[in-house]
Amino acid sequence: MSPVSRFTPSTGRVPADDGTACTFAQKALARAAGLSEMPAVGSIVTARPEVVLSHDNTAAIVEIWRQLDQARVAIPDRLAITLDHAVPAPTPRHAANHAAIRRFVAEQGIRRFYEAGRGICHQVLSEEAEVSPGDLILGADSHTPHFGWLGAFGAGIGRTEVAALWATGELWLTVPDSLRVCIEGELSPWVSAKDLALTLIGREGADGALYRCVEFSGACVDRLGLSERMVLANMMAEFGAKASYLAPTGEVFEYLADRVAARKARESGFSESDIDSERQHVLERLRERALYPDPGAPGMEIRIDASRVQAQVSCPHTVDRTMDVSQLGRIPVDQAFLGTCTNGRLEDLELAHRVLRGRRLSSGTRLLIVPASSQIMAEAAERGWLVDFVAAGAMIGTPGCGPCMGNHMGVLAEGEVCISSANRNFRGRMGTRDAEIYLASPAVVAASAVAGRICSPEEVVL
Amino acid sequence: MSCSAPAEILMGRAWKYGDNIDTDVIFPGRFTYTAKGREEIAAHALEDLDPEFASGVRPGDIVLGGRNWGCGSSREQAVTTLLYNGIRVVVAVSFGRIFYRNAINQGLWALTVPPEAVASARHHGEVEIDLGSGLLRSSRGETPFQAPTSELRRIVEAGGLIPHVLSQLKEAGS
Repeated sequence: MSPVSRFTPSTGRVPADDGTACTFAQKALARAAGLSEMPAVGSIVTARPEVVLSHDNTAAIVEIWRQLDQARVAIPDRLAITLDHAVPAPTPRHAANHAAIRRFVAEQGIRRFYEAGRGICHQVLSEEAEVSPGDLILGADSHTPHFGWLGAFGAGIGRTEVAALWATGELWLTVPDSLRVCIEGELSPWVSAKDLALTLIGREGADGALYRCVEFSGACVDRLGLSERMVLANMMAEFGAKASYLAPTGEVFEYLADRVAARKARESGFSESDIDSERQHVLERLRERALYPDPGAPGMEIRIDASRVQAQVSCPHTVDRTMDVSQLGRIPVDQAFLGTCTNGRLEDLELAHRVLRGRRLSSGTRLLIVPASSQIMAEAAERGWLVDFVAAGAMIGTPGCGPCMGNHMGVLAEGEVCISSANRNFRGRMGTRDAEIYLASPAVVAASAVAGRICSPEEVVL
Repeated sequence: MSCSAPAEILMGRAWKYGDNIDTDVIFPGRFTYTAKGREEIAAHALEDLDPEFASGVRPGDIVLGGRNWGCGSSREQAVTTLLYNGIRVVVAVSFGRIFYRNAINQGLWALTVPPEAVASARHHGEVEIDLGSGLLRSSRGETPFQAPTSELRRIVEAGGLIPHVLSQLKEAGS
């Protein structure tokens, strides 16, 4: 029996019930486009994003933007730029690319610039609370649906579109259909949001949510920790989704309010009592801005029973080739990789630590751990985990994207097999055409590094 | 990129591929922050999918794919690597959404067609696409598809988003 079932209460573009129930996507794009009425699903709106994200691709965007003959970026305070995809620079060409970005940042006075070593764009902007519930964020990065974790509409766009946004502050967007995914039930031990996402994608296909906004609901979703919310939202890029959404919870508002208040305090030199009242003020504003879909909003619905989901592995070379880890035959592993915007957070390192502490990597298997941000790395060091990882035989990399897209360190040799906590297992993804990448949760990655073959954590942690 | 107005009818030799052709095999990630210039970007086209493509492709050839062509990364070189090899149109059953936007915004036709239209074409066979009336012809017959909307035509025929925005900025400034 599959844990996934499908319902089609209203498959067309006609809103359910009396026609007034709206999706999150409709509400978010109405706000971003400054519309007083809800736009119809399928209509095109001209939207003004709160945040425009770019990373190591910023220098290429600058070259396109120069063709528009503008002396100044129209929306400098809305730009957020992070150096993360190949850090520290592995070659002189990569270094020249970073240098060009720094010159642009200085020239245009971009405030939200995060240097190499700070971490991956989606993680850093989450930690810095640069995006609020109900915001529209457009990024020159396909994993921008990540910001669904906090109830924002995040969509990936191309470099040329970012250049146009820098010049005009606005961009055309189609109001997407929504796909509602309701997850009920309790997750089993060692089964995580990554397994939920892989189950969904494996069942429905890599284009199962193509052009759509995936709007999650259900008791299981409401119970997920912040890190797991990020995994679920982030992975929807591999489902073909334009954006994703989880209803923001009290924990989300608290997390963001703490960080916004702390930043304001740093910038303005607030006293402690001022910080408290500022924090209350921020909390209220965040709650006011949050958007929620109406009951009966249009779109297909899929239901998942979390209690029936097992640890998953996605086989080469597409993300939807999933199976239960327990069904997989013997697959020896040359490299295990723990990191990325999908699964490089403190909670992921914690799971890996539970598996690795006091154990050694299998001989012939190497493990590369790349924390998603400097804050995560510092906290893991503080807790003594990095020492334990190194003692187990692991390598630790600079916070950033690591070998996820084969740009630099940690690439594979021909014929090698990698088990990875990343989001893509496409052919050639980790630098070598004739290598095989399997995707899984951090717990499975760590267990496989110890066993020397792909296996579930239960086989290692008795 | 070419700024000449596209002909209503595009004819060329087909390069036909399957479902879920991702941006990593269209343009490998290992070159995304370093490859510069038309020739270097063109040289890596479909490198990890079909090593014969970049050396064998001729200007005007037509690329066909199944479902979800161009899924994956936002990298624009997945589009420009085809353009720089003289490809003017990619035909597929569906597209990864960022690839689709990038194609339109670079002036590359991305045409969504029914599965039978792709099935009717042979790898390396001749294909003819009538943009105005929405027809794909091959040696096995003729299949209709929905012709591109006027909004998309305006961007593609301007040569992409940048020329389109330039004209908007000029209008706003004048």
